[in-house]
Amino acid sequence: MPTTLVFVEHQDGQIKRSSQELLQIATQNNQKTLAVAFGSHAKSLASACAQNGAQEVHLVCDSKLDHYNSELYLAAMSVIVEKTSPQFILASSSSVGRDLFPRLAAKTGAGIVSDAIALTFEGSNLKAKKPLYAGKCFATAEFKNCSSQIVLMRANQIPLTTVAAGAGQLVEHSLPATDLKTIVQEIVKGSSKKMDLTEANIVISGGRGLKEASNFKLLHDLADVLGATVGASRAVVDAGWVSHDMQVGQTGKTVAPTLYIAVGVSGAIQHLAGMSGSKVIVAINNDANAPIFQKATYGIVGDLFEVLPKLTEEFRKVLGK
Amino acid sequence: MKIFVCLKQVPDTEAKIKFKPDGSGLDPSGIKWVMNPYDEFAVEEAIKFRELNPGSQIFVISVGPKERVVESIRTALAMGADEGLLVIGPDNLDAYSTAKALAEAIKKESGAQVIFTGKLSIDTNQASVSQMLGEFLNIPHATVVSKFQSSGDSANVERDIEGGAKEKIQLKTPCVIAANKGLNLPRYASLPGIMKAKKKIIKEYDLAALGVSDLDRKVSYVQFTLPAEKPPVKLLQGDSSAQVSELIHLLRDEAKAL
Ligand SMILES: Cc1cc2nc3c(=O)[nH]c(=O)nc-3n(C[C@H](O)[C@H](O)[C@H](O)COP(=O)(O)OP(=O)(O)OC[C@H]3O[C@@H](n4cnc5c(N)ncnc54)[C@H](O)[C@@H]3O)c2cc1C
Repeated sequence: MPTTLVFVEHQDGQIKRSSQELLQIATQNNQKTLAVAFGSHAKSLASACAQNGAQEVHLVCDSKLDHYNSELYLAAMSVIVEKTSPQFILASSSSVGRDLFPRLAAKTGAGIVSDAIALTFEGSNLKAKKPLYAGKCFATAEFKNCSSQIVLMRANQIPLTTVAAGAGQLVEHSLPATDLKTIVQEIVKGSSKKMDLTEANIVISGGRGLKEASNFKLLHDLADVLGATVGASRAVVDAGWVSHDMQVGQTGKTVAPTLYIAVGVSGAIQHLAGMSGSKVIVAINNDANAPIFQKATYGIVGDLFEVLPKLTEEFRKVLGK
Repeated sequence: MKIFVCLKQVPDTEAKIKFKPDGSGLDPSGIKWVMNPYDEFAVEEAIKFRELNPGSQIFVISVGPKERVVESIRTALAMGADEGLLVIGPDNLDAYSTAKALAEAIKKESGAQVIFTGKLSIDTNQASVSQMLGEFLNIPHATVVSKFQSSGDSANVERDIEGGAKEKIQLKTPCVIAANKGLNLPRYASLPGIMKAKKKIIKEYDLAALGVSDLDRKVSYVQFTLPAEKPPVKLLQGDSSAQVSELIHLLRDEAKAL
């Protein structure tokens, strides 16, 4: 049985949904699933890892790993890879995943594909489907000449189910001494406590149609009712209405939520690049010819200043909030 | 001090994607190629670094087919970089081979104080070469950087992470810095800059001379497909109240998206 190592990200003592998806997909594909988690509280995740199919849970319970440091995480991950020699390694296409795993690949002679949306396990080979050219096409990535095959997956690609629980055997490792060239001095929290755009299940994006920065409040009101995260087009980021971390698109974030609501966004090709993987797309725009309607599932041709407050109010009633 | 900027040429964001008749990859005919947008931030940051550290020299390096890649190198030279290095290679080299070629070329040029790259290239969204380059050169890296300052033998950077949060990191130089949007506002090449760039040196390497062979390729792409045709949009009728209740009904009962 091939061995798949899943790098588990967690926050406030909970496994992130994206990591849960990865544990489940490995287990469903008859892999010997090994979970890896770092940080002083990592042990508390063991039973959740087992529940999602992990046969073994490899831990480095060191407070130096409570925050991401590229060199320390690389050192810890290298130890586990060396001891377990996995055929496949799965992680999220997150800040940590994207920073850490390419370097691990270079260090260990592994191959890596990031931003994948689907996986096929074929014996000793893994195939990963991913969008190329900003979602204008898809291709399947194949590996060769690799010590192991690493795939970084986008979040929200697989529905969560119940899988056969694994034994969840704990294996603890210690962090090797590392001569640090990189020190993380401070983490400055973002203003929003909401889920990141790339992980959110519902995203509401605003564009230049909102006319001015203060009108983003209309989006935040709706987002509060829906538990959504607010995004934006580049036009409004460049205008300084909102910060760059809210930009969706080819030069912003790529999102694939269950529901994407575009408000006063024209749907330029570079914006579509960042959100066309969304499952359901709603467009609200007063121009029936706006290109966003070509990508949308449902469209409202109308004035957003009239539609949005009503939408928020109706959702509030329907959802009982 | 030597500063390197690694850049990649990518199809313009407006480009229409077509495949070769055998489906083995992108049909490059009719595509307009541009410098990867994130690499523009890398070039600009290198120029700002040189302004603060007079006497520094900026080398731009790119791997790819000679005929087209040379144009993006010229663009960077016109923005203000000093010298170009072109590693002649195929148009679909994977990240591992690319990083290895870049690392070997930089070693041959006797190293760098800072290497700037973009945080990812918008063609494959792979975001790997910068970190791999750090590993091959055995120097630290920071990715998704929106603030950079360097003095003496260290650099202070801010890296954008999830939820609008930032990590403030100190790295020893030499190091690799992968630029995010927000790091700076890239300048346009001026007319005198473009004239000067024509006279600047572009040195060439080939992959074999850098010890990169087909055995270094770890990832290839096959089975190219276009996105599935999407059914036409359902436009909701009536006044705004009717549109809103219809939308909520469809989201709940048809799309099951709530
Ligand atoms: C290299 C490059 C990279 C880029 N990257 C990105 C990217 O990552 N993300 C991105 O978003 N863009 C990106 N762009 C920019 C992109 O081309 C567009 O300029 C941008 O997306 C437009 O933003 P917008 O839709 O908010 O504005 P506009 O195109 O001005 O659209 C505003 C829309 O609001 C509608 N509207 C106005 N008033 C109302 C009202 N009262 N009610 C309802 N609707 C109303 C209008 O009909 C219009 O459709 C990039 C461009 C380039 C060249």
